[in-house]
Amino acid sequence: MDNQSLRKPTLAVSPENYKILAQQYTPKPTIVKNVIRAFAVGGIICAIGQVIINFFVSIGLTRVEASTAATATMIFLGALLTGLGIYDEIGKFGGAGSIVPVTGFSNSIVSPAMEFRREGYVLGVGAKLFTVAGPVLVYGIATSIVVGVIYFLIH
Amino acid sequence: MFAMIIPAFIVGGVICVIGQLLMDLTKPAVTPAHVLVIFVTGGAILGALGLYEPLIKIGGAGASIPLSGFGYSLSKGAMEAVGKRGIIGAFSGGVEATAVGIASAVFFGYLMSVAFKPKG
Repeated sequence: MDNQSLRKPTLAVSPENYKILAQQYTPKPTIVKNVIRAFAVGGIICAIGQVIINFFVSIGLTRVEASTAATATMIFLGALLTGLGIYDEIGKFGGAGSIVPVTGFSNSIVSPAMEFRREGYVLGVGAKLFTVAGPVLVYGIATSIVVGVIYFLIH
Repeated sequence: MFAMIIPAFIVGGVICVIGQLLMDLTKPAVTPAHVLVIFVTGGAILGALGLYEPLIKIGGAGASIPLSGFGYSLSKGAMEAVGKRGIIGAFSGGVEATAVGIASAVFFGYLMSVAFKPKG
């Protein structure tokens, strides 16, 4: 094998120029776009939550009960839309706007559990339900206990 | 029926923007799982300091639907239960106050994971 017959590359770009060129063709950080989308999607999800709270208040629940019931309803909707494959589409568009609301928590429970069902109902579904929910509950509950103990000590 | 919707939209939107900035500015260290943990812990601490309650008053669902609202309910429940039952309340109050959320997440999550097949 003789490489002499190959022509020399005609590319006349120095390493410095290459850096500049590469930068030109690298997509710009899309932070502004992401922020606007997160605001819109997160805002809409919370507005839907508010409509559900208002509905529960209108049928006679107290404000706290209505808020709890609305959270449960949103968890149900998030799980259902994840199962139907719709929530992942919302997530691609909305970023954190679809992660931070409780529907995103619901999505983080259903998504891995559904994916790992072939590993069985105990170590697949049962265990993977808590891939993200586990850490959330660990840190959330632990923080609440620390808060409660401190509150007990200073009162 | 449509009261509080605009405040909920704005407060909820702003809270989600904080999550988005957290992810975009620290890429790739902060994953969605980290965001959820940070928000639940942050909400619990802000709740304990009395700083989350005003957000709930202003934003309604805009503050209670994000996971920081779940954290707020956890620490609020723990503090209220300490008032009634002392130190035992510190351990029972948080989970008690959020029991409906935790139980429905487990129940509906399981139901949907079994009922649907993943796409692709």
